[in-house]
Amino acid sequence: MNLLETAKLTKYFGDTHAVDKVDFTIGEGEVLSLIGSNGAGKTSLVNLISGLILPDSGQIRFRGEDITKENVHARIKAGIARSFQIVNLFDELTLLDNVALSIFSREGMTRRLFSLADRQQAVWQEAHDILRQFGLELKAEVLAGGISQGERKLLDVAVAYALKPRLLFLDEPTSGVSTREKAPIMDVISSIVRAQKITAVVIEHDMDIIFKYSDRIVVMHQGEILASGAPEAIRNDERVKDAVFGPTHA
Amino acid sequence: MSVKKTLIWAVPIAVLLLVLPQVVDPYPTILLAYGLVMAIAVLGFNLLLGYTGLLSFGHSAYFGVGAYAVAFMVKYLHVQSMELFVLGAIVASILVTALFGYVCVRYTKIFFSILTLALSQVLWSLAFKFFWVTGGTDGLRVPTPKLLGVATAEGEDKIYFLAHGYYYYVLAVFVICVALMWLIVHSPFGKALQAIRDNETRARFIGIRIRRYRFVAFLVSGVFTGIAGALWVPLNGLTTPDILYWPFSGEIVFMAVLGGFRNFTGPIVGAVVFNYLKTYAVGFTVYWQALMGVILVVLVMTLPTGIVGSAKLVYAVARRRLAK
Repeated sequence: MNLLETAKLTKYFGDTHAVDKVDFTIGEGEVLSLIGSNGAGKTSLVNLISGLILPDSGQIRFRGEDITKENVHARIKAGIARSFQIVNLFDELTLLDNVALSIFSREGMTRRLFSLADRQQAVWQEAHDILRQFGLELKAEVLAGGISQGERKLLDVAVAYALKPRLLFLDEPTSGVSTREKAPIMDVISSIVRAQKITAVVIEHDMDIIFKYSDRIVVMHQGEILASGAPEAIRNDERVKDAVFGPTHA
Repeated sequence: MSVKKTLIWAVPIAVLLLVLPQVVDPYPTILLAYGLVMAIAVLGFNLLLGYTGLLSFGHSAYFGVGAYAVAFMVKYLHVQSMELFVLGAIVASILVTALFGYVCVRYTKIFFSILTLALSQVLWSLAFKFFWVTGGTDGLRVPTPKLLGVATAEGEDKIYFLAHGYYYYVLAVFVICVALMWLIVHSPFGKALQAIRDNETRARFIGIRIRRYRFVAFLVSGVFTGIAGALWVPLNGLTTPDILYWPFSGEIVFMAVLGGFRNFTGPIVGAVVFNYLKTYAVGFTVYWQALMGVILVVLVMTLPTGIVGSAKLVYAVARRRLAK
């Protein structure tokens, strides 16, 4: 059974067909990459599924339930989380606080006005564990605004991961970091996602990363799905070569 | 900051505040009572500014609601009990803050600020125009209240009452309010507010219901300010529309900036210092508003983190140097 399905999902911004009648599926446990040139509709599709924007028409079903009109909060409760292309963190809070906030929210504890956050040992322990998994433990007490871009990217994913999602969207998890840092970041993310059997959708422009870490690749072009298949099939697809890689791509 | 660390500095200050009326003249003690009252208001205000990232220019409204609730209870219900005054002010400020908050928390930044300002001005104009109810510019007089059911002794000097019995009453409410606010800002809810302040989008995407949390913060903030209004009016003896007017909201902002709104104690220090500063500035020159304006400009330029923020910075630098 598919974890997520969209049916004729559509979003127009004026005359621009950002997402045009897209039928998209993700299987349970899959690590899927979404590729396409700039403006192809990748981020718009993720924004629609995660609830940042609402579709003009079409349907989104998650674990068999129609979530098309649900708000962000309901989608998170259902098990959808995301990281962002431009990192979204709580810059004036520590790394530990950033992750702990996700856990507090996940457990419905942020509604508590008269209990000390510091007394919730289980939350802080879990936050430390998550930072350790992401290799950020040594900077637990550093403010999120004071770490490197690569670390910020990892923390952004860690904050989403702390929600214990079933489906995790990773919007360009290595954008803005040096070439040398990209593989280690993806190694960390990939190992955690696969170990926890989280279904993940990765949006990326770096094709080496895409082909190395994906089970399946979905190619978008001008708001539509151009192709979908295993990495090798996509690599050899003539339409994809023309639309995404360009004629000179080997 | 942990409970233990907080108590290390909080207990000596509380003891100092307890013994102060016994060692200083009544006048500075009464001024301190004013300062403590305003500190409660600014603590409430700062839950929005410092912790939620919302700048309200309309907190005079909730202060005024607290004060007028007391005055109405005296005028129309002949209530004398200070506890009932506080209770009435809490109920009134919950009602008004809930209504205003419902409208205001839909917006942020300048739109939020202007909306809070506009709504407070509505209350001011009501207090101003409905003079047969509110007393208009003459205001409403509030006599010496009963504290814990005990009326002032026959012939007791009012100054003595304000500098002793009433001061300790204010101090007790102040301590309760500080403890409650400290708990709130150190709770998971308080953390969620800071998350909203820092990054609304991310807060939303970890499942925090932004508008609902802002509304609760607004409500708590308004109630604290309303309680301050209730405590202020017996101290002042009279409430007039001036406390609903926008410059009074500006003073609350000034106090928060003066003390430093990015730390817990800043608003308390700011309120107490501002109160003394204003009192002595008024006595010093008729152009006291200009003097206060200059102080604000100098302050923002030289101490952007306020008195407490700067003191912490100096302390941290001194510690580092001593450690070398």
